[in-house]
Amino acid sequence: MAGFFERMLGRSKEPGSANRAKERLQVVLVHDRFNISPERMQMMKDELVAVISKYVSITGDEVEIALEQRDRNQNRLIAEVPFLKPIDPDDPDEDAPYPQTSTLQSTSLDDSNAFELPLLQDPSFFEETRRSGKVVQESDSPLETAEDSADESGEKAE
Amino acid sequence: MGQTSQPVPGGRPNPVRRISGGRVITVTSGKGGVGKTTTTANLGIALARLDKKVVLIDTDIGLRNLDVVMGLENRIVYDLVDVVEGRCKLRQAMIKHKQFPELYLIPAAQTRDKTAVSPADMVQICNALRPEFDYILIDSPAGIERGFRNAIAPADEVLIVTNPEVSAVRDADRIIGLIEAENKGPGKLILNRLKNDMVRRGEMLSPADVTDILAISIIGIVPEDETVVPASNNGIPVTLNESSKAGVAFRNIARRLNGENIPLMQVETSGNLFQRIARIFSGG
Repeated sequence: MAGFFERMLGRSKEPGSANRAKERLQVVLVHDRFNISPERMQMMKDELVAVISKYVSITGDEVEIALEQRDRNQNRLIAEVPFLKPIDPDDPDEDAPYPQTSTLQSTSLDDSNAFELPLLQDPSFFEETRRSGKVVQESDSPLETAEDSADESGEKAE
Repeated sequence: MGQTSQPVPGGRPNPVRRISGGRVITVTSGKGGVGKTTTTANLGIALARLDKKVVLIDTDIGLRNLDVVMGLENRIVYDLVDVVEGRCKLRQAMIKHKQFPELYLIPAAQTRDKTAVSPADMVQICNALRPEFDYILIDSPAGIERGFRNAIAPADEVLIVTNPEVSAVRDADRIIGLIEAENKGPGKLILNRLKNDMVRRGEMLSPADVTDILAISIIGIVPEDETVVPASNNGIPVTLNESSKAGVAFRNIARRLNGENIPLMQVETSGNLFQRIARIFSGG
């Protein structure tokens, strides 16, 4: 009887620090098992966003990547990457390496944040991200970083 | 009875192992101070009470403690390193327990470091002991270095002791990974020093939480018990105290190791309104 009510209410609704401990442990243990720190996860996310933005238009803030454990030996990387607009197969732009429309849109949305960045193809871009990884995070706009650089590369392709 | 491991709720069953002679069971934890030595001493006594032939080996070279917890510190003449370095025969380093003639302790050396013993030495010593004993219990040092590797090298089974605290659980997870990497896994969990009232208030990880996080099966839950420290003070492990809750828990773990199907201690995991009402009506 008690067990039924417990299940019905769900343990997560209970007050107390035990649930917090469990949540924190589940996060830290998956990182321990992968041997990857949250900082490096953020760097990986930033680079993934940069690469994906080259091909489809996405909002970097909405991208979620997480390490997930189903079993002790079954760890995996889960990424949720919502697209900015539905893909239109008739749109000739879809074949282009970079969709111009959304780039223009996002650039005009946040012009104040636009700043000069080296080309994506330039290896120094990645070096820069690595060295100033913290700065990129703190600017809270990995999207602009990624899309602006992709934008330049797209223009160059033309 | 026999050598099949008993499936316990909350995790995967252990594969059945075929061993000639006694079983080598290593007690380890990663983090120090969670109760490895207390657990080893009490399981040794509890198995001896079940008329098993048991030998305990302390592999914490330089920081030996199993002897004082067992109350055998004054009888040490030779130790594990003396055996390894050939200064005595294995039999000479085995100290017989005062009360149980079939229970022995091989103490660690206090003046050497852990490099004095190798994993191969441990395998050789345990193989020599297997024909004569039902159980060979190895008390592992804390940490993940040489001492730990010595302790798990000869193991047929591994017991991981942890406390319901974030640091101990995290270290247990690391140890479980290392045990699996050595093909000694998955091991079974002993959750030590559980405070039922804190679990009820939601202020301490419950046994279900811990097994959920670590994804291994649990073989015992030992409640926090004020009789444990006085027992160690006197060198008489708490298992010999019939009224001690921790003693009952250790005796139950020994019986589960021995193949009996004993249900785990039940913890009322929640104190919400419905459960309080349910407890009132059930007279609890």
